[in-house]
Amino acid sequence: MIMSKDDFILKAEGLHKSYRMGATEVRVLKGVNLNVKKGEFVAIIGASGSGKSTLLHILGALDKPTRGVVTFEKRDLSRFRAGELNRFRNRMVGFVFQFYHLLDELSVLENVFLPAMTGKSIIGWFACRRQAKNRAKKLLALMGLTERIKHKPYQLSGGERQRVAIGRALMNEPRLLLADEPTGNLDSATGNGILDVLEALNRAGQTIVMVTHDERIAQRASRIVTLADGKI
Amino acid sequence: MKRRITYFAVLAVALCVFIVVVVMTVMAGLVNEFKEKNHRFAGDCVVGTESLVGFAYYEDFVKLAEQQDFIEAVSPTIKSFALKRRRGSEQDDVVEIMGIDPVRDSQATGFGDTLYYHKDDASRAFEIAYDANLVGCVLGDFMLLQDTNSRNLSETSLPRIAYSISCFPLTARGALAQAGTDMVNTKTFYFSDQSSTGLPRVDGSLVYLPFEQAQLLCGMGESTKRASRLHIRFKPDVKIQAGCEKIQSLWQKFRQDKAGETQAYTLDTVTVQSWKQYRRSSIAPMENEQTEMSVMFGFVGITTVFIVLVVFYMIISHKSKDIGILKSIGVSNVDIIELFSGYAFLVGIIGAGFGLLAGWIFLLKINRIEDWLFKHFGFQLWDRTIYAIGDIPNKVEFKILAIIVVSAVVACLIGALIPSLQAARQKPVETLQVGQL
Repeated sequence: MIMSKDDFILKAEGLHKSYRMGATEVRVLKGVNLNVKKGEFVAIIGASGSGKSTLLHILGALDKPTRGVVTFEKRDLSRFRAGELNRFRNRMVGFVFQFYHLLDELSVLENVFLPAMTGKSIIGWFACRRQAKNRAKKLLALMGLTERIKHKPYQLSGGERQRVAIGRALMNEPRLLLADEPTGNLDSATGNGILDVLEALNRAGQTIVMVTHDERIAQRASRIVTLADGKI
Repeated sequence: MKRRITYFAVLAVALCVFIVVVVMTVMAGLVNEFKEKNHRFAGDCVVGTESLVGFAYYEDFVKLAEQQDFIEAVSPTIKSFALKRRRGSEQDDVVEIMGIDPVRDSQATGFGDTLYYHKDDASRAFEIAYDANLVGCVLGDFMLLQDTNSRNLSETSLPRIAYSISCFPLTARGALAQAGTDMVNTKTFYFSDQSSTGLPRVDGSLVYLPFEQAQLLCGMGESTKRASRLHIRFKPDVKIQAGCEKIQSLWQKFRQDKAGETQAYTLDTVTVQSWKQYRRSSIAPMENEQTEMSVMFGFVGITTVFIVLVVFYMIISHKSKDIGILKSIGVSNVDIIELFSGYAFLVGIIGAGFGLLAGWIFLLKINRIEDWLFKHFGFQLWDRTIYAIGDIPNKVEFKILAIIVVSAVVACLIGALIPSLQAARQKPVETLQVGQL
């Protein structure tokens, strides 16, 4: 189905999330509504502990809401079976985390093409390995990391690691890129470099939802949403 | 750290496999060798009685049996107890005597191969080279060792050793055949050869005598002659069980035919047994030992499972963040289980490979190692007086190796199963947040 530019790629309606800490119930999200259009760059801003990351995890199906509905391209995520959820995480969304979350045992190149190899049989794995490697190399070239493809993540700087993480997130050409404080662990110059990459991706049509606590960083997005007291 | 843990797991599996390969190979070798020696000693089938009286009409049954196309040879034997006194000694020893025709017995059992002087010509087993008029006897090598303190004698000169053998002759009804001072039959035999069956109890207590002489000593040479047992060898293509069943039917028919004979009652206690049944009192303890050993090594297997389980728990606890990352890019629970199972499989295969290699090399050198230990420290891994083996059996059986490798891999998979399931159940968001702390 071809979507018009105004179609919502992602809709969150009445999202609630609460955790139980001993006898106390901590309500993190208290009825969040959020719509994201295709091609949008949305920044969710909020203080530390306001539930930004929780919201992002729910939007990316890494976590489930206590109440409420998330629809992705008009499909209710809560109705997805386990296999569909895995495929959704693998192909529809790409995650960029504050702490990069790269696999230290794998090289930079392997980290990037890993999502393309997920769920493949051994034969399928060998069949698509070359193609996946080529795409990963292109992405790493785009990120300016051609010289680093054989390095291990721990041999890279923070900014380089985050660019590798972005490369990995883009490997399967996801419809939605979710970034959780992507510059939170970087100095401002390096952080700006990462934001430049995200802006460039957005200009090329990539839909992005980014979480940050820094208003200046949020300014780089096309729309800012503030999360306070569990609500938008 | 993670790699070191993996190396520990591989090492643990390798050690377990090494121990199991060595012990199971040696133990299986010992048991098989022991069984084979018993088989050679008894022949394929034994028709006989435990009664010291023996049974009559054995010659008729021998004739009947020899007419059967599945039978290779039949050897009637006399078995009884006697007192043995070496000339010059004042001590009597209780021994078992076995009266045999050395040629027939060598055809039905492995008797000829156990001889020292007459291995190539068993017919001369009871011949005395230095005096053809004397009657010879063959002693088990352990018994000879006790008598002469020499297990292996000179090949050329037969030592002149005389033994008086005394038996209580019994009638067919089981009464003493003679009375008064003549109640014991005594005859002097001269050492003519030694026999080494490799069965310590046999070689330590058995004296072989010429069949007719033993028959007379035991009072079985009356007008209706008696024997204790018939040792039977089947043709090579005949299965033991099938052969014994045929002998059983043959014996039943024979017994019916002899029902009206005067000493038919002596046939009542006769049984037909395969060599395994006949020697079960000797074989069973060895088999039990093997079973106990297998059970013990079953525990070694359980230990392997536990080690792998602990190692995988440690690996998975270190890999929580990675599992969260994999799940965030869409890796399924099944893929996570497969990943760790594959890892466990590799640990099992590599560990088993190293263990097998080490075990195989050790087994190749085990006799040299034992020789070296014995030479320098007087230490023997297996006491020869109990196991009666020349070399330690080290023939590696492919079947045993295959079972051990498969068991090692299965043990690793079982050990990894619970941690893998736990890893698969981890929620990505929780593990990723733990990774951030």
